[in-house]
Amino acid sequence: MVEKLNDDIGEEKRLQLWELMLKLRLVEKKAYDLFLQNLIKGTSHLALGQEAIAGAFGVALKKGDYTFCTYRGHAHTLARGSSIEGVLGELMGRQCGLMKGKGGSMHLTDVDKGVMGSYAIIGAHLTIANGTALASKYNKTNEVSVCFFGDGTTNIGAFHEALNMAKIWNLPIVFVCENNLYMEYTPIHEVTAVEHPAADRAGAYDLDKIIVDGNDADEMLRTAEKAISKAREGKGPSLIEAKTYRHSGHSRADPGKYRPDEEVKDWMENKDPIKNYRAKLLDFNINEKIISEIEEKIKDQVEKATEISIASPIPEIKEIYTDVWANGGSEWHN
Amino acid sequence: MAQLTYRASVSLAIAQSMRKDQKVFFIGEDVGAAGGVFKATVGLLEEFGKERVMDAPISEQAILGAAMGAAMTGLRPIAEIMFSDFLAVCWDIVANQIAKTRYMSDGQINIPLVIRTANGGGSKFGAQHSQSLENWSMMIPGLKVVAPSCPSDVLGLMDSAVKDPDPVIFYEHKSLYALKEEIEQTDISIPIGEANTLHEGKDITIIGLALMAQRAKEAALILKDKHDINAKVIDLRSLVPLDLQTIKKSVIETGHVLTVEENPRLCGWGAEISSLISEHCFKNLKGPVTRVTTPHVPLPSADILEDNTIPSVELIVNEVIKKLKGE
Repeated sequence: MVEKLNDDIGEEKRLQLWELMLKLRLVEKKAYDLFLQNLIKGTSHLALGQEAIAGAFGVALKKGDYTFCTYRGHAHTLARGSSIEGVLGELMGRQCGLMKGKGGSMHLTDVDKGVMGSYAIIGAHLTIANGTALASKYNKTNEVSVCFFGDGTTNIGAFHEALNMAKIWNLPIVFVCENNLYMEYTPIHEVTAVEHPAADRAGAYDLDKIIVDGNDADEMLRTAEKAISKAREGKGPSLIEAKTYRHSGHSRADPGKYRPDEEVKDWMENKDPIKNYRAKLLDFNINEKIISEIEEKIKDQVEKATEISIASPIPEIKEIYTDVWANGGSEWHN
Repeated sequence: MAQLTYRASVSLAIAQSMRKDQKVFFIGEDVGAAGGVFKATVGLLEEFGKERVMDAPISEQAILGAAMGAAMTGLRPIAEIMFSDFLAVCWDIVANQIAKTRYMSDGQINIPLVIRTANGGGSKFGAQHSQSLENWSMMIPGLKVVAPSCPSDVLGLMDSAVKDPDPVIFYEHKSLYALKEEIEQTDISIPIGEANTLHEGKDITIIGLALMAQRAKEAALILKDKHDINAKVIDLRSLVPLDLQTIKKSVIETGHVLTVEENPRLCGWGAEISSLISEHCFKNLKGPVTRVTTPHVPLPSADILEDNTIPSVELIVNEVIKKLKGE
């Protein structure tokens, strides 16, 4: 029990992290169930198995900080404190959804919580996250911008443009590559010139090479806190590569059959961040009753939010014509 | 009263906006120390310093992404894309991100930014540095599209573009940078979405934009002097929002319409204008709405080739005579 000697995180924060990760897991599972019931249409990209990354940043960030994520962004949105019914309602196309059905699963946005959008075109949001970071620098305020993306993003031009710009302008930003080993359906190593798709590129932009076990919630939290502090202190950007694995396929349409059974089994059974963190809490002598109570509480929250979402009305058709422009409308001629 | 070039009016317009509002900053390639490749931003770095006039790397996606992100927080960036042709390398940021984020977020996010860019032909730069691309942005919901034809319009429309709560693409025409105008008052504002009449007339309505509006005006002077034809020349000034009422009013009077576009024919903005006129003013028309465009080809480089590709004053005059006199 070496970990016990290094209880730098403390029980309160660990339980906070546990509760958050569990929420992300159970909401994603619920989203999957609702798909099977055909209550959610379109597509969705679940982050099952990757909860420790969004969870750690959710705990480490402050109100006012900005986050940007990809179309695999339900977890990152919830991690900033967005309501479960806001997320599930949006997936279901209901009025209680974060954007009342205007955006859908791939574009979750909750500005009040600092969720500056979920971006569905690979790479774009790295450049946009630089913009909120630039604004913090310009205004001499101390918010930090965090941008989550997948391993596949490291091979698109915007990734490289964004890292270079963040470095030359010393922006208060943290780039977080969630390397789940597959870019959509293809193993990332088959299509990338380097072993570590993000970390091995860091040196090209004079950034530290940071690789972390993205399924070890404590390590993830320490890494997140360090990078966020660095940005907040005006010491510039960081690029973190967090190794992880998605439990499901790329999207709703993908059963993930291209992955070897043994590999999937190993990650599911031995490297599940939720399962392992629960065991770690017990190692730290946290009362199992407290852990179970949190589990019951989150289950209850998810069920209640699901009921609220299902009961919420669908959008009115007139919403089609709203909010193209800041005047609320969509007119393009007089 | 001061004589001002279109070029000088760009830097003056930006400076005026930056003096008025600390939230305005300017970002682009070679815009600061170099004063812009067209010298349209000379003096800005000296007046406002590096924090507000930022020289960026050749990274158009990163430039527009940074401008967008900053605008999302309430700042009012002006971003330069050196040649409008380069919009192609950052079109995701323009068409998917800047244009759609307000709508997708159900109005949670405003993006008050200006993308200014050197547009159009006449410089013998060839097919990748000469295009007129207003219609690329016109077809994307969420973008406002402005193209000034004279120094005073640069001043007035830039003021409005910077103040606008929505993203505005501001197409400056390269062949107009040297155009001079006597200007009494430089700190002016012209609402986006109001067309301007460059020449009065009741025989035919000629609709143009940017350089083509200026050429249509020259054509109207010749038509009046030499052919006894009185053409009304409407400079649209912006494609989105579009001043349909001014077009309708004139078409009802003249019954004849010619659009003059610098872009290739297919899906040019004149096609949309023609469609609107046929829907709104069909009974007032005395003949078909016709369009002058470049042929459906990339722009060639050599003098004689480029000059014969872009609609000339002479071509506009001839088209009008053909329409009205059947010659």
